[in-house]
Amino acid sequence: MADLSINFAGIKSPNPFWLASAPPSNSAYQVQKAFEQGWGGAVWKTIGAPVLNVCNRYGTIDYKGSKIIGLNNVELISDRPIEINLKEMREVKRNFPNHAVIASVMVESNKEAWQEIIKRTEDTGIDGFELNFGCPHGMSERGMGSAMGQVPEYTCMVTEWVMDVATKPVIVKLTPNVTDIVHPARAAVKGRASAISLINTVNSIMGVNLDTFEISPNVGGKGGHGGYAGPAVKPIALHLLSAVGSDPEVAKAGLPISGMGGIETWRDAVEFMLLGATSVQVCTAVMHWGFRIVEDMIEGMSNWMDEKGFASCDQFIGKSLPRISSFGDFDLGFQSVARINHDKCIQCNLCYIACNDAAHQCIDLKDLKLTSEVKERAWPVVREEDCVGCDLCSRVCPVDDCITMVEIETGRPHITWNELVKSKPEVLDWEKMEAYRKTANIHIH
Amino acid sequence: MAEHYKPHKYKAWEMTLEERFQEVYPPFSEREATLEANRCLYCHDAPCMVACPTHIDIPTFIRKIATGNVKGSARTILESNLMGATCARVCPVDVLCEGDCVLGADHKPIAIGRLQRYATDYASERGIKFFQKGQPNGKKVAVVGSGPAGLSCAGELAKQGFDVTVFEKNEMAGGLSTYGIVVFREPVEVSLAEVKMVQDLGVTVKCGVTVGKDIKFDDLVKDYDAVFIGIGLGNVPMMEIPGEDIGGVLDGLDFIAETKVKDLNKITYGKRICVIGAGNTAIDCATIARRLGAERVTMIYRRSEAEMPAYHFEYEFALKEGVSFMFLTQPVEVMAKDGKVDGLKCVRMDLGEPDASGRRSPYPVDGSEFVVPCDMVIKAIGQVKPAAFLSMLEPYGVESVKGYIKVDEHNRTRHAKIFAGGDCVRSHGEASTVMAVQDGKIAARAITEALVATPACAKK
Repeated sequence: MADLSINFAGIKSPNPFWLASAPPSNSAYQVQKAFEQGWGGAVWKTIGAPVLNVCNRYGTIDYKGSKIIGLNNVELISDRPIEINLKEMREVKRNFPNHAVIASVMVESNKEAWQEIIKRTEDTGIDGFELNFGCPHGMSERGMGSAMGQVPEYTCMVTEWVMDVATKPVIVKLTPNVTDIVHPARAAVKGRASAISLINTVNSIMGVNLDTFEISPNVGGKGGHGGYAGPAVKPIALHLLSAVGSDPEVAKAGLPISGMGGIETWRDAVEFMLLGATSVQVCTAVMHWGFRIVEDMIEGMSNWMDEKGFASCDQFIGKSLPRISSFGDFDLGFQSVARINHDKCIQCNLCYIACNDAAHQCIDLKDLKLTSEVKERAWPVVREEDCVGCDLCSRVCPVDDCITMVEIETGRPHITWNELVKSKPEVLDWEKMEAYRKTANIHIH
Repeated sequence: MAEHYKPHKYKAWEMTLEERFQEVYPPFSEREATLEANRCLYCHDAPCMVACPTHIDIPTFIRKIATGNVKGSARTILESNLMGATCARVCPVDVLCEGDCVLGADHKPIAIGRLQRYATDYASERGIKFFQKGQPNGKKVAVVGSGPAGLSCAGELAKQGFDVTVFEKNEMAGGLSTYGIVVFREPVEVSLAEVKMVQDLGVTVKCGVTVGKDIKFDDLVKDYDAVFIGIGLGNVPMMEIPGEDIGGVLDGLDFIAETKVKDLNKITYGKRICVIGAGNTAIDCATIARRLGAERVTMIYRRSEAEMPAYHFEYEFALKEGVSFMFLTQPVEVMAKDGKVDGLKCVRMDLGEPDASGRRSPYPVDGSEFVVPCDMVIKAIGQVKPAAFLSMLEPYGVESVKGYIKVDEHNRTRHAKIFAGGDCVRSHGEASTVMAVQDGKIAARAITEALVATPACAKK
């Protein structure tokens, strides 16, 4: 069995699966139960400023019968007194010395307040800190959470305050609710953070009730933006993770990243790690199914590593990051066309209607006489010479491996957009572009 | 546990008599319907829609269930098929829409019938009316028979502004939907709600009127601009065997009708029942008998399992209900004791060469007679063809084929004012409710074309 243990900026954990700072990590009872079931670490629910919570706190997106594709919350940081939280952290650390216990903290923008809570918390024996610069609701209105994370200068300043007193590793947690996440990431680096984690939840309104006209979640007739999480945000998280991970300044500093945002399975976790996450944090999936899901996460990742020949996590963390590129560096000469396997096709003809209504009208319905049925239905057939290789048809096809995108050689020059405009700047004129397309054998449909 | 998640009772002996005559399939809960609807791929040019004889836009009605537009879903169904609630329950979906579902090969086909029932029940329970009587066009049409064909024709014509009168010989309208479909497939209320829907379109339904007895067919032709005949077929024919006329020998259709309209506790049934025949009606009789409480129900069929005309799912249902089958067995005499049925004398059969129907024809095995002890015999060996009605049609030049009324593809007879549809014209192919509904639609269109310059009714 592969070795799943990680060393995250000095924080050791038996596996990369951590509870994210959230309701599941609210108490010693929960965190210890999670550790017993296999979780490698837990970022304690944020402690800090005094708060009061409201009801209802959650809104969800259910999709075609599947519950909680997305979960939004307006719950605040821990509403239990700091003393109790610290006492319990100490207890957990004593009972589980080899698991990662990380304290998430958030106080007002005041140097003394930050340094005081860091010192008090460190005394419990916890392994590190996560600075909550991401909470998008409730706390941000009070100048905390994402209010700090959205201003790189604040992020840097507060990180520096903490680093001045902390002796344990400090993770800066970033908010996705910014125009470009790279700037607060660089600010964390500048503030001498030990590591970065992302993403916190995304600003969202979950929905409107068509009968009562109320907002979801509904707090006594009113609603407001809350933090969106769960499987629906995973693509956003993967993008922001890769954006931070491939930023030269961040990369140069070599900070490990703890990834989160919609991780539900070992597969999701592996994807985050392939894009550079050293540890992964999970909240929504635990809120949906409980701590027990970690057993499969550990086993699934371990089996995958064995199959791929990875003995330890280091061997695959960041492996796909070099493949993150940008449009200007894509090969304009790479062409694929759709091929339909009529042995697998069930003739739902969704590819036909998608191509016809929403793409490039290059799938025909034809009588192929492939069966002995008297009234054989028409089959979808790709006109390959007209197929632009957009891939929509294979995306809508409900049958696995029925439509495949096949790479073909068209004789087009293998050149990127950046290379093209450098060597032929005239193509930025439509007429010249037309001329170039003719020479490059590129047809537009 | 939420009410709709309660496991369905399926052991007959654990149910009360009333429960045993509830619909076999419980209605879908909202969540079940939504989940099932969301499984539908929403095919382009969906084969289910082609397979449906009334061409209901199935992907559209299913999508509307998925989006929560259940009212719109019911409208989509009823636009193509006014008897959508009946068809949802009685259609042989395995060989029609669901049989052609593209998910059938690798997965499970979408439960189209049950979804259709969900949508039509939704509208019916809420009393939602979708259609109005059309602007009166001054034309009068008489419809003979208020089964699915007659009601479908009458309803479609009323939508076009025709003044329609339906003549029904029975006490209640609805034809086989009311009297002939077993109650645990379709409760009588469902059929009567459809009658009501047609009446709400302005159609006059006259029950207890037998054409040819209470009113002359000639008068209909004289007084109306067109006549549609949807009289179905008759009772179960005589087997022409000794003892057939003793008490305790029942017509299968009468037996089914009793369970539809009578207090279940007041129905007399035997302890040991022989059902003769192996079609869908025979299966209905056998399963009803079991659910009423008969200890032994045996179906007697002269051919083998492979030739039995019942749908396979009905055969499986009967087996599940504890009905036993005696294939290659021909009844030759009903035995009596004290004027009551005491047994059914049968003879073993063997199969010979294929006959005209293409099925291997049975012949008796000499000296193989034996008696099946029983106290009730139910005959379900088909229905009498409409010979009497045909003789009334003869003066009008209406032709027949194999004893059925002959019509063209527009359900027109040889007489310009006379149209027909449903089981009484089904000289070939499967007699079914959905085909009858489609006949009614086609005839309504033909009548409109014949009597009104520009038809605007449904094209399909």
